[in-house]
Amino acid sequence: MALEQTQAAANKKLALKLVWIIAGALLFAFALVPLYDVICSVTGLNGKTKSTPESASQAVVDLQREVTVQFVSSVMPGLGWNFYPKQSSVKVHPGQVTTVMFEAKNTTNVEVAGQAIPSVTPGKASAHLKKIECFCFVRQTLKPGEVRALPLRFFVSAELPKDVQEMTLSYSFFPASQ
Amino acid sequence: MQGMKKLGVGAVALFLSLSARADFTWNFPEPVTPMALDTLHVHNKFMLITAVIFVAVLAIMIYSIVTHRQSKGYKPVADKAPSTAVEIFWTLIPFAILLLIDFVIMGIPAYHSVVMMEDTRDQSTMVIKITGSQWRWQYEYLDGDAKGIKFVSNLATTNDQMHNAADKGEHYLLEVDNPLVLPVGEKVRILMTASDVLHNWWVPQFGSSRVAVPGFIRETWVQVEKAGVYRGQCKELCGKGHGYMPVVVNAVSKEEFAQWATKKQGEQQAANDVKEMTKDELLAQGKVVYEKNCAVCHQVTGAGLPPAFPALTGSKIATGAIFGADGKYQKDSHLDRVLNGKGVMPAWKATLNDTEIAAVITYERNALGNTAAVDAIVQPAQVKAARE
Amino acid sequence: MSTTTVAHHDEHHDDHPTGIMRWLTTTNHKDIGTMYLTFSLVMFLVGGSMILGIRAELFKPGLQLMNPEFFNQLIGVHALIMIFAALMPAATGFANWMLPLQIGAPDMALPRLNNWGFWILPPSAILLTLPFTLALFGVGDGALATGWTFYPPLSVQGGIGVDFAIFAVHLLGISSVLGSINIIVTIYNMRAPGMTLMKMPMFAWGWLITAFLLIATIPVLAGAVTMLLTDRHFGTHFFDAAGGGDPIMFQHLFWFFGHPEVYILLLPVWGFIPQILQTFSRKPMYGYKAQVYSLWAIGALAVVVWAHHFFTAGMPVPALLYFMYSTMAISLPLAVLFYCWIRTMWKGSMSFETPMLFTVGWIILFGIGGLTGLVLADVAADAQYHNSYFVVAHFHYTLFAGGIMGIMAGVYYWLPKMTGHMYNEKLGKTHFWLTAISFNVTFIPQFFVGLAGMPRRIPDYALQFAEFNMISTVGAFVLGLSQLLFVYIIISCVKGGKKATDKVWEGAQGLEWTLSSPPPYHSFTEQPVVK
Repeated sequence: MALEQTQAAANKKLALKLVWIIAGALLFAFALVPLYDVICSVTGLNGKTKSTPESASQAVVDLQREVTVQFVSSVMPGLGWNFYPKQSSVKVHPGQVTTVMFEAKNTTNVEVAGQAIPSVTPGKASAHLKKIECFCFVRQTLKPGEVRALPLRFFVSAELPKDVQEMTLSYSFFPASQ
Repeated sequence: MQGMKKLGVGAVALFLSLSARADFTWNFPEPVTPMALDTLHVHNKFMLITAVIFVAVLAIMIYSIVTHRQSKGYKPVADKAPSTAVEIFWTLIPFAILLLIDFVIMGIPAYHSVVMMEDTRDQSTMVIKITGSQWRWQYEYLDGDAKGIKFVSNLATTNDQMHNAADKGEHYLLEVDNPLVLPVGEKVRILMTASDVLHNWWVPQFGSSRVAVPGFIRETWVQVEKAGVYRGQCKELCGKGHGYMPVVVNAVSKEEFAQWATKKQGEQQAANDVKEMTKDELLAQGKVVYEKNCAVCHQVTGAGLPPAFPALTGSKIATGAIFGADGKYQKDSHLDRVLNGKGVMPAWKATLNDTEIAAVITYERNALGNTAAVDAIVQPAQVKAARE
Repeated sequence: MSTTTVAHHDEHHDDHPTGIMRWLTTTNHKDIGTMYLTFSLVMFLVGGSMILGIRAELFKPGLQLMNPEFFNQLIGVHALIMIFAALMPAATGFANWMLPLQIGAPDMALPRLNNWGFWILPPSAILLTLPFTLALFGVGDGALATGWTFYPPLSVQGGIGVDFAIFAVHLLGISSVLGSINIIVTIYNMRAPGMTLMKMPMFAWGWLITAFLLIATIPVLAGAVTMLLTDRHFGTHFFDAAGGGDPIMFQHLFWFFGHPEVYILLLPVWGFIPQILQTFSRKPMYGYKAQVYSLWAIGALAVVVWAHHFFTAGMPVPALLYFMYSTMAISLPLAVLFYCWIRTMWKGSMSFETPMLFTVGWIILFGIGGLTGLVLADVAADAQYHNSYFVVAHFHYTLFAGGIMGIMAGVYYWLPKMTGHMYNEKLGKTHFWLTAISFNVTFIPQFFVGLAGMPRRIPDYALQFAEFNMISTVGAFVLGLSQLLFVYIIISCVKGGKKATDKVWEGAQGLEWTLSSPPPYHSFTEQPVVK
């Protein structure tokens, strides 16, 4: 009987150790959420760009190269806005700080807030698009009928892989949740 | 050794002649882009390799099954469990063979294909944006001759055909009202996004397929080498209409493309000049627009499919006031919902013109069992004003 | 199955309750194993009849039997049932029945946990299918309609069926995690004196690795679907771009579990297949150590290749290349396993009773599944294969042929030991040939129709796919009906038949064959000693 009891105790001990593995795996699942964002911004996995401003001082201008940056806009269902880039594309030298304009207009008769979500292709270029000032850093609130010019100041880092000649920056404006 | 080589060359030649003569119903459809051609080659090569492995292993097994059986009195070798070292040596042989196949024979061509698929070296001559919505594709030309052209591409197969009440046409479920038109021979960059759930724009003959993700942009490219009509489908489960959002691409010569673009731009321009319409005109056009775009969810009768897709018949939105005292449209009014969408309801302002939106709203307010007491008729000019 | 086994067991012991209470409260590993296997068989038939509904709809172009909404519900629930309620419980059932017998233990290490582990299953199966019934009474709009993969935003948009499925997956996950804890503890702590790890039967190795994979990955799935639930109801934005989330992240989380899941379903089978081979080849299995190392290698690779399930979602080139090459690397240990299996047959003295027939058929058909998997790893060609019927055919070669036909081999192999009776050999062989042939008639056309460009998960299709679909549907119905024969064979074997000897098979090796057939209610009251 004593033997059986030691056996049962040993079993319980090992089972509890395994529960720790399970708890660890569960923790890992939720840790993956912030981890995923880090991996995305390092590898350009999902074409995400940083949501905080960069400083222009790091820009090294490379006059030998020229890159086409194309702008695309979408307004998601539920947002009564017109939103478009004022220029469909610009050619820039890597490192050269450029300002482009977007325009948003609230066509409804109520005040509405929207949030722009950026996305860049090709993925490997996304980490090299550095934003100094962007309307996507904060949510935008427009009064009824208000038209707002939305500036974007950015530069393309000189470390952009050599084979990338054109890249696309897309903004999707979502209705901001209250 | 020489003989083996000849045999090998012969087998490959035989296979190639077979695959060249086949009409491709047993394989990928005829490739029309460099990417699809490359994919077909890689696929054929890999299939051949795996077939050789399979047949060789099967032959050994069959030989063993036929020879080493008890019923034939075959005595098992007195396999006194060979030493581990010998066993490990033998098992390393299949390991090494697969190592060679995986990372050299298959691995090297696969590498080149991947690099080609993600090719960003040369500039494309044209950029288009494709937006997947439940359950239709929206196309927008961002530059070149066709700059500014945008339209919606809906399934054109009739309900009767789907429910076996009419004979099925040749291109059953693979036909649309407005096909995407592309010039032959030009590298076209395709930007892909979605407005609601995941979709996947796929034409088998192009060899490219990319998931469209709401809020994000993805890109791929096609360079169609041969004029023709190419058909494909959405490839990512996107709800009840997943099987009903075909892709049709009409690849034409550069000249024809330029002509088409001019004509289409003219049509779009003309639609911008709105004119006053009678109620009957609006109702007639509205019925067409409704049945093409809205009936999938709200049903031809307006009964909807609650709870996911509300009924229009008797709905507050479809009968309540649209315009406020200031003459502007109100939030959550009928016009707001059609123009801007909400949740599952797509925003139509990007894809329907002023006349179409005015017509469909008028239709919804006066047909489908509805008789709106206020704002019964919406004129194209009112829609135009609402946009700005 | 219950009545006669009760009678048998009562001869040995009578200190346990009888009737329904016996099954509700039992902590006996054989009782629990029997319940798992019975549950699995029932759910196999339920999931099978769902897919027959789908194949009937796809018999010809046009909508005949159901609307697209219902079609979408059937495909997802079919997959969840077959994976979580048929295949996994079958493997767990075998583990309960056979592991203690094979390693010389009196019972599983944690008997009460074992009982809970099983009794969570029936409620979760009900949760999964309840929305179908609720919809009949006008509550909700039916079951999960997103496919078994739950991809958002479609699953965020979906109705109550998604919530039911999320809770069902939570429960099914808890059940398999409990089962896994029990199996790991049993294998580590309960082996007979002298049985070192490297002397264990291969089945124990297969299950040990499976159990570790389960406890490492099921929590990730649980976490992912929990995030989905909070996105649906509590305003979080894990998978919603509007709030800074990303729908593609769900695919990473899901397949971090989902790819190991494939091996979770297959590793137990890779465990007992070599045992069946050595029995009917009358010669010890070849390359025991090489096989053990290969199983570990596959278990390790399983958790690092997940993104090959969504190459088309868009990834940078280095990521594409990494996932392509690591996926191809899985074929290396698999090649070793195939070599060992065939080398075990080689120069043996083979006889072809039903378990051996299923095993040989299994090697060939699973081989096709494996080789098409190797081709699928190629990123460029995957753009064409992805979400086409080619993939459907591929994973049915791995999960029906490689999973379920393997389980069937195990059933025929151990049924005489479990019941004490021989099954009807002639019917068993008929069942094999019907299954193997109709399986190929069902799925070979799907390879071609996939290459020709037919996407999966569509309720209706273009006319050029019609012929192949018709053949496939005919095959599916023969395949489905053949399984009724399987049920009949099992029931009649439980009820009676020729008395089975203790050893059952002439070439059988291992501790389970030293006990009587059926084994006593409490096996190994005296622990055997392995030299």
